[in-house]
Amino acid sequence: MFKVLEHFGKYLYMLKGMFTKPENLKVYWKEFVNQCYDIGIGSLGIVVIISLFLGAVTTVQTAYQLVSPLVQKYVIAQIIRDSTFLELSPTVVCIVLAGVVGSKIASELGNMRVSEQIDALEIMGINTKTYLILPKIVAAFIMIPCLITISMFLGVWGGYMAGTLSGIITPQQFTQGLTKDFLIFNLIFGLIKSFTFAFIISSVSAYFGYNVKGGALEIGKASTLSVVVSCILILCADYGLAALLL
Amino acid sequence: MIEVIHIKKSFGPKVVLDDVSNVMECGKMNLVIGASGSGKTVFLKCMVGLMDVEQGEILYEGKNFTAMNEKERKELRMQIGMLFQGSALFDSLNVERNVMFPLDMFTNHTSAEKLKRVNEVLDRVNLTDSNKKYPSEISGGMEKRVALARAIVLNPKFLFCDEPNSGLDPKTSLVIDKLIKEITTDFNITTIINTHDMNTVMEYGDNIMFLHQGKKNWQGNKNDIFYSNDENLNDFIFASDFLKDTKKMKIMMDKKQSN
Repeated sequence: MFKVLEHFGKYLYMLKGMFTKPENLKVYWKEFVNQCYDIGIGSLGIVVIISLFLGAVTTVQTAYQLVSPLVQKYVIAQIIRDSTFLELSPTVVCIVLAGVVGSKIASELGNMRVSEQIDALEIMGINTKTYLILPKIVAAFIMIPCLITISMFLGVWGGYMAGTLSGIITPQQFTQGLTKDFLIFNLIFGLIKSFTFAFIISSVSAYFGYNVKGGALEIGKASTLSVVVSCILILCADYGLAALLL
Repeated sequence: MIEVIHIKKSFGPKVVLDDVSNVMECGKMNLVIGASGSGKTVFLKCMVGLMDVEQGEILYEGKNFTAMNEKERKELRMQIGMLFQGSALFDSLNVERNVMFPLDMFTNHTSAEKLKRVNEVLDRVNLTDSNKKYPSEISGGMEKRVALARAIVLNPKFLFCDEPNSGLDPKTSLVIDKLIKEITTDFNITTIINTHDMNTVMEYGDNIMFLHQGKKNWQGNKNDIFYSNDENLNDFIFASDFLKDTKKMKIMMDKKQSN
């Protein structure tokens, strides 16, 4: 318990240390753009694949369970829409991103620490927390919600394709289901989740990577630990947000 | 000039630096020597502020570094260049961008001016045709030269080198030593080198401090070493029978010459 509190204190101290005046805005901007590209474009492929299949599988499994003649077919589309917006896209995709983006951030910073690149930056008089961590967190904060928005669209589209191509549901029924009783808040709630999870993924993995001590083995451990802790925190935050906002 | 006054540093119960004092002069090769684990790297890291000392003072041209706030330290650090043991080049940047990085960060020069300066320092370290290569594509000796170029690109007043010859063959080591010596005298900077390379000690040791178990055990220059009676120093420097014989011969020859 004491160790957890110690880590939490160090984590807050790291976050506080990020907010200093940048030495040169141009260089920081360049780093931010690089990070946006790495996080956004770098993860787009896996997000597309996962989202399409999540939507498709949800359609097939929902149709399998809704066998009552009293339940209309368009309900399948409603279920896909709401489950994709509320849970599948924000939470499941962010758990995958914790592995893809989080481990990359942790191992990149860990390698820089072990090979003294962070020390070299410190010696130059650069605030390494501001230069190395802040652009990653801001980039994740912007790019992950974008990825989640794309994932929501693709999830529903995957469901549509699976449902219509297999004859489970007609295109008209699917469209009817998508528009019926649509609450814009569900979409906003999904985006609130994605902002929260983006912050968790980037800051937690940056913390573990930045504080690596040792060698290659410790970089691997830090990377794994960052993914595990991020996933646990995402699930806790998921429950917390649902309990608070729904 | 840098003055280190009674500094102490420990990790838990283990005292790594115990009451170490030294004066590092401008335009000279100030060497810190000692066996592995004697506290050399910690000493260097304390001097540049990567580690905080528990007691004592470090004065850079009379200004107390240990009492400086973060902003003052930042300003001073812009006058410091450091060559790391593993070179610490940025993997994602090529040679040219690595050397240009401090210029990008701290100057408002145009791209042409920055490129000119980069080529000047790369030329200074005899590395003219590797601008576009990445650190993974160059040899260890070249990496050290790039790191040295990056360390001097902002014309520092103080140059710190942590084991600049580690992992290099004797010939390349001599090239690196010669470069550091030339840069030190040409630009009249204060250079501090951590080393256990005996070639460096015997060739360039203007001011040598010997650390033993965290304490300053001996201080002198390359000529004094042969006449030192310090047992720990002799065990460290003249470790092999060959070197012990060399020392005896040198003393005999000096005696003959003086007679």
